[in-house]
Amino acid sequence: MNSATVRNLLVRGMLAGLAAGVLALIAAYFLGEPSVDKAIGFEDAHAHEHEMEVVSRSLQSTAGLATGVLVYGVAFGGIAALAFCFALGRVGRFGPRATALLLSGTALLAVYVVPFLKYPANPPSVGDPDTIGKRTTLYFLMMLLGVLLAVATTLLGKRLAPGLGNWWATVVAVAAFAVVTGLAYRFLPAVNEVPRDFPATLLWRFRLSALAIQTVLWGGFGLAFGELAERLLNPAPAKAATGRAVPAAH
Amino acid sequence: MAQTVAQPTATTPAIPAKLPLKAIAPWAVFFGILMLVLLYFVGAEQGATSVLNGTDVHEWVHDARHLLGFPCH
Repeated sequence: MNSATVRNLLVRGMLAGLAAGVLALIAAYFLGEPSVDKAIGFEDAHAHEHEMEVVSRSLQSTAGLATGVLVYGVAFGGIAALAFCFALGRVGRFGPRATALLLSGTALLAVYVVPFLKYPANPPSVGDPDTIGKRTTLYFLMMLLGVLLAVATTLLGKRLAPGLGNWWATVVAVAAFAVVTGLAYRFLPAVNEVPRDFPATLLWRFRLSALAIQTVLWGGFGLAFGELAERLLNPAPAKAATGRAVPAAH
Repeated sequence: MAQTVAQPTATTPAIPAKLPLKAIAPWAVFFGILMLVLLYFVGAEQGATSVLNGTDVHEWVHDARHLLGFPCH
């Protein structure tokens, strides 16, 4: 029975991740692609030798983009659903919908915002191909650090709650999260490989669109998965709530 | 009248039942790894490291890799 619940939640998480991926894809295509094209234009104007195209630009910006964003959505949807199974009933007095939205906001922070503030997204032509290994390692390390810190913050908050009360336990735990993240930013190596004459507005727009894509993805996921989880776990109260809305309207 | 009495108990949030860790663990291990492999292929394959030869995977997810924040090239 419980194993079946986990399986159902996992399937719903992957479906919600797919739906959120579709929303993120729309954001990526309309907000992000114009900056990618301009950055590639800059790259072509400055490159001495032109690489042969393996995949055409029109495929990269449509089917290729869709593959990447949707797989990313499904994969993180599945992982978030498994994290939700652990979190449900363990993090506080939150029902399925609130747990899902809280989890999804935390995930946005842990797997995206924490790495982004130190190693922000870069458009084509920003980045030295020789340092790709180092940059990839640092980026995945920051994602891992974000997740570990988010888990540690939750455990610390739970530990402090009986003594300090929920409010101050949360404030202290989040402050500890901010301090440790700040220390990591201070001591991890910096990466700055923006070409000297790369347009600053283009870089800003690209990074802003990258942040928007993730906000749409995780916001959409939290709402969609929360609804699906609520319907699976609490079918009766949801019906009673809508039934009560009719007499209340008189 | 009965509705106004029933409302407070209905809106008081109950703590949802915990799912036992034993029920979650097998799914978390198997699907957790599977999902991480998917993320690896979107985020890093044929960039820093390669499992497959060539650059097809890298070129196909090129735009997604940039826009999702992964280091690309």
